[in-house]
Amino acid sequence: SSQTIVPTPVKISLINMLSETGLSVIEATSFVSPKWVPQMADHTEVMQGINRLPGVSYPVLTPNLRGFQAAVAAGAKEVSIFGAASELFTKKNINCSIEESLERFEEVMGAARAADVPVRGYVSCVLGCPYEGKISAAKVAEVSKKLYSMGCYEISLGDTIGVGTPGSMREMLTAVMKELPVGALAVHCHDTYGQALANILVALQMGVSVVDASVAGLGGCPYARGAAGNVATEDLVYMLHGLGIHTGVDLQKLMDTGTFICNALNRQTNSKVSQASCRL
Amino acid sequence: QESEASGLPEYVKIVEVGPRDGLQNEKVIVPTDTKIEFINRLSKTGLPAIEVTSFVSSKWVPQMADHNEVLRGIERHPGVQYPVLTPNLQGFHSAIAAGATEVSIFGAASESFSKMNINCSIEESIEKFEEVVKSARNMNIPVRGYVSCALGCPYEGNIIPAKVAEVSKRLYGMGCYEISLGDTIGVGTPGSMKRMLEAVMKEIPLSALAVHCHDTYGQALANILTAIQMGVAVVDSSVSGLGGCPYAKGATGNVATEDVVYMLNGLGINTGVNLYTVMEAGNFICTALNKKTNSKVAQASFNTGTIN
Repeated sequence: SSQTIVPTPVKISLINMLSETGLSVIEATSFVSPKWVPQMADHTEVMQGINRLPGVSYPVLTPNLRGFQAAVAAGAKEVSIFGAASELFTKKNINCSIEESLERFEEVMGAARAADVPVRGYVSCVLGCPYEGKISAAKVAEVSKKLYSMGCYEISLGDTIGVGTPGSMREMLTAVMKELPVGALAVHCHDTYGQALANILVALQMGVSVVDASVAGLGGCPYARGAAGNVATEDLVYMLHGLGIHTGVDLQKLMDTGTFICNALNRQTNSKVSQASCRL
Repeated sequence: QESEASGLPEYVKIVEVGPRDGLQNEKVIVPTDTKIEFINRLSKTGLPAIEVTSFVSSKWVPQMADHNEVLRGIERHPGVQYPVLTPNLQGFHSAIAAGATEVSIFGAASESFSKMNINCSIEESIEKFEEVVKSARNMNIPVRGYVSCALGCPYEGNIIPAKVAEVSKRLYGMGCYEISLGDTIGVGTPGSMKRMLEAVMKEIPLSALAVHCHDTYGQALANILTAIQMGVAVVDSSVSGLGGCPYAKGATGNVATEDVVYMLNGLGINTGVNLYTVMEAGNFICTALNKKTNSKVAQASFNTGTIN
């Protein structure tokens, strides 16, 4: 969701640098129509241009069957699909109901199964919706369960507008964990209200061990102009290491990668660890 | 109630340090009238304690030169405490003369920090403060004690929890009613916060503990959550996250009161604080300082034009 279109070589360098940090999963691109998301128009070149390190996964977003086929043709070995816990959000975002969106994804699931390609499922708006406001934990559990039964190996629960707090995170996870094994769960927290690390901490305390983050906290919030979006990977790794939790990630290399992409985008980092460290 | 069920405190007292710790670390010197207006606005938010100024020599801290005028000029709302920092006996006497009804003193868990900051050892600094505490006790003035570098020191690096416990115990033993444990350079994480609190809680009752977390590495809310989960029920914060870090230029310092209140509200914990009026006070001081807020809640709220 950056404003400037990033040149393909820069994207490839970014992903290659991330591959060297010890991260085990890097979501590389989205096989969506460039009409909708111009930033991702070079999905094929990116996919074909990056170095694939052994032991690292490079999932790509595939909004539909056509995107899935293009992704596999370009060498993708893992894909992601997405649902939402809010009807209004689904309507505004992709112009159909939650049920209809899941039916569309059934096609992708079928093709993925046939091709032996693992599929990750995202659920948006798990702690609140920009249109509906409060979202019931039961609804999140219902959508997550559908995606999981369809064959997604992992469900990433996204606090899309970052309104969640440790209170609502606990309530939501309690409901979801009644339907899904905790080993299949991930959290994708946005830091729009500064709550991301506290929310992630609660998720970890409840047994979740997969966390999504974005180097330098790239990606603002499309629903609150100028506000923060993704949580910064550097800040997350700093916390996890402080907790004695193993991540395999080299924080210095990660910070260097953040510096690289911020220079390329001519912008400041959103990572506090990065801001603090480079001045000491 | 949700908070009871989860073992969290029902109520958390927020100590607002923006006017003192916050402004002290801002480059722009704020006019006295603005400080007074700022504090008066904070008094209307429901915050139970507002640290208003420091009776330190203006030679050292020019921002706090107007301590007399500020303390004398502010409205004093019933039910709100207005502590002031008193670095020595002289400062204490001035504070009392200006109408102070609560004071704060500080120690550090690091010898190097103590030496670099106030040019004496931890022991010597505590002896100096003993005079202040004795006078305060004679006059029935409550004293709050701060312990700096509780989770790390810019000079010594790692700080052992036992040292924090030792210094805290000394301050508490001297007569401080509350000990505020400060992560001065914000390097702490939930891991080090837990270990430090476990050590301190062996020496000091939980109800006498407060945490003063800096957000320099983005860890503040996670650290505060950890402390609250362990039963700590007093949290220091600074509206708009005022106050940078003097040890990492350009980096942030204090955690933003708005972001803390947002989290506590979400946990069902009562604070008595009205988030909206706090954001308005934050907006006021940021406009006066001509700077952007460090509060993510304020950034998000003012941008959407709605308050969530």
